[in-house]
Amino acid sequence: MTPGAFVTPVAPNEVWDVERIRKDFPILHQQVHGKPLVYLDSAATSQKPQAVIDALVAYYSVDNSNVHRGVHVLSERATAAYEGARARIQHHLNAASPREIVFVRQATEGINLVMASFGRRFVGPGDEIVISAIEHHANIVPWQMLCEEKGARLRVVPVDERGEIVMEAYVRLLGSRTKLVAMTQVSNALGTVTPIEEIIRLAHQQDIPVLVDGAQAVPHQSVDVQALDCDFYVFSGHKAYGPTGIGVLYGKERWLERMPPFQGGGDMIKAVTFEKTTYNELPYKFEAGTPHIAGAIGLAAGLEYIAGLGLDRIGEYERELLACGTRLLSAIPGVRLIGTARHKAAVLSFVLDGVHAHDLGTILDQQGVAVRAGHHCAMPVMQRFGVPATVRASMTFYNTPAELETLAAAVEGAREIFA
Amino acid sequence: MSDLRDLYQQVILDHNRKPRNFRRIADANRTAEGHNPLCGDQIALYLTVEDGVVKDAAFQGSGCAISKAAASMMTAGVIGKPEPEVEALFHRVHAMLTGANGAAAEVGKLAVFAGVREFPSRIKCVTLAWHTLQAALRGAAEPVSTE
Repeated sequence: MTPGAFVTPVAPNEVWDVERIRKDFPILHQQVHGKPLVYLDSAATSQKPQAVIDALVAYYSVDNSNVHRGVHVLSERATAAYEGARARIQHHLNAASPREIVFVRQATEGINLVMASFGRRFVGPGDEIVISAIEHHANIVPWQMLCEEKGARLRVVPVDERGEIVMEAYVRLLGSRTKLVAMTQVSNALGTVTPIEEIIRLAHQQDIPVLVDGAQAVPHQSVDVQALDCDFYVFSGHKAYGPTGIGVLYGKERWLERMPPFQGGGDMIKAVTFEKTTYNELPYKFEAGTPHIAGAIGLAAGLEYIAGLGLDRIGEYERELLACGTRLLSAIPGVRLIGTARHKAAVLSFVLDGVHAHDLGTILDQQGVAVRAGHHCAMPVMQRFGVPATVRASMTFYNTPAELETLAAAVEGAREIFA
Repeated sequence: MSDLRDLYQQVILDHNRKPRNFRRIADANRTAEGHNPLCGDQIALYLTVEDGVVKDAAFQGSGCAISKAAASMMTAGVIGKPEPEVEALFHRVHAMLTGANGAAAEVGKLAVFAGVREFPSRIKCVTLAWHTLQAALRGAAEPVSTE
């Protein structure tokens, strides 16, 4: 497979046929508690199209082998498929080189890699890392660990009552001590789409590198790392219609070259003696041990699938879903939406007066509606908005307006139980 | 919705709306804190124990209806009981929620929580208060966590 072989099979003027798209997702066609499944938890993990399932089955049925070492045909095929997946992902993100695409377990591991490798090399006592108040724990805790180890300081950009980054505060926090900005592109808890281009531009004015947490962006929009000019970009495969256990760290070659390895082991070395080990070239320097070969292939299939649907059209349809869901939930007395950013992904985080999110989650589940109830691995966000937890309905292109009506009716049902 | 009515019985909804013993005991001689990191439920439990008998019990905190009702009914249920009886009641409640036979016998009004058995992800909402109570009676220094 070559990147040039990937074409968009859907004509841009074709209507969005959600029923046809739903047929690609076998898991959606089931009943839970005697009700049709309404899956509104794609921000936690997305469902997988048949194309991804088939890619995994085909790999394990036909090509399974270890990569980068065997002289036999299966190893050559597995290596070609694994490196083909890397090329597909490079193409999808418009990275300059496959050397900049490092396979990791998920966004969390990508951030931890940058923390351990970049952080240990370039961050020292008195230095500062800038994050925002709407980060996932995965983009908070590694930096806290680094700051504690190095005597550095974590600075947090606040958000306003809509859940938008306060840009004036961001600008004030940037300075000569800032060694890295680590910021989300789309908030998992609120759906806020941050002005990431502006965030990167302002940091670069002061030569500060930027890591972007794209876990909630890649599944829903096109991402061009060269246009963004970000220094690092991470995302998880399982939220982008691929398998669990695989993710990607994009890093600019000039940074990755200067960074020490993350973990030691096989594959990341050129030569080992007890006196000295020579590290492998990029990206293998950062891929110790046998990688998740099938996962990489499955993730590439997932990205290929959404590219085939058309990411612009996905965005357009999801904006319609968001408007529909916002209208339906806002009409229910006692519902308060948490996170009302003007530029927002298809996420509805909300609370219902007098009903705890955990109870609401159970009641919705009994109606077949799968949502996340809790703090969404973003406890500081909950504290900012003064709620212990929210219910989060997160939508994607396989959801329908009818499903959102089922959600709204189930929320009404909860109100009645607790009335 | 029949299963839901088993879970959210009127008694539970009533205790959720008007929790009993929802206060701080300023001179409590046994206290403990509990936390369910999964859903953020938090409870602070206060006990006055004299001559091995729970003279007063109260709680504060935030949580779902099940956890609040569980704490409310638990405090009401243990006031006046000697410590060994409280401990025995804890084990019977635990058995009702997780045990093989699910016997709701000898737990009195707490039998309203029997329906929680059918909702495995919610069992900890009931047991949080009880684990915190046990920690308070045993004088545990660390906050209790369900995880």
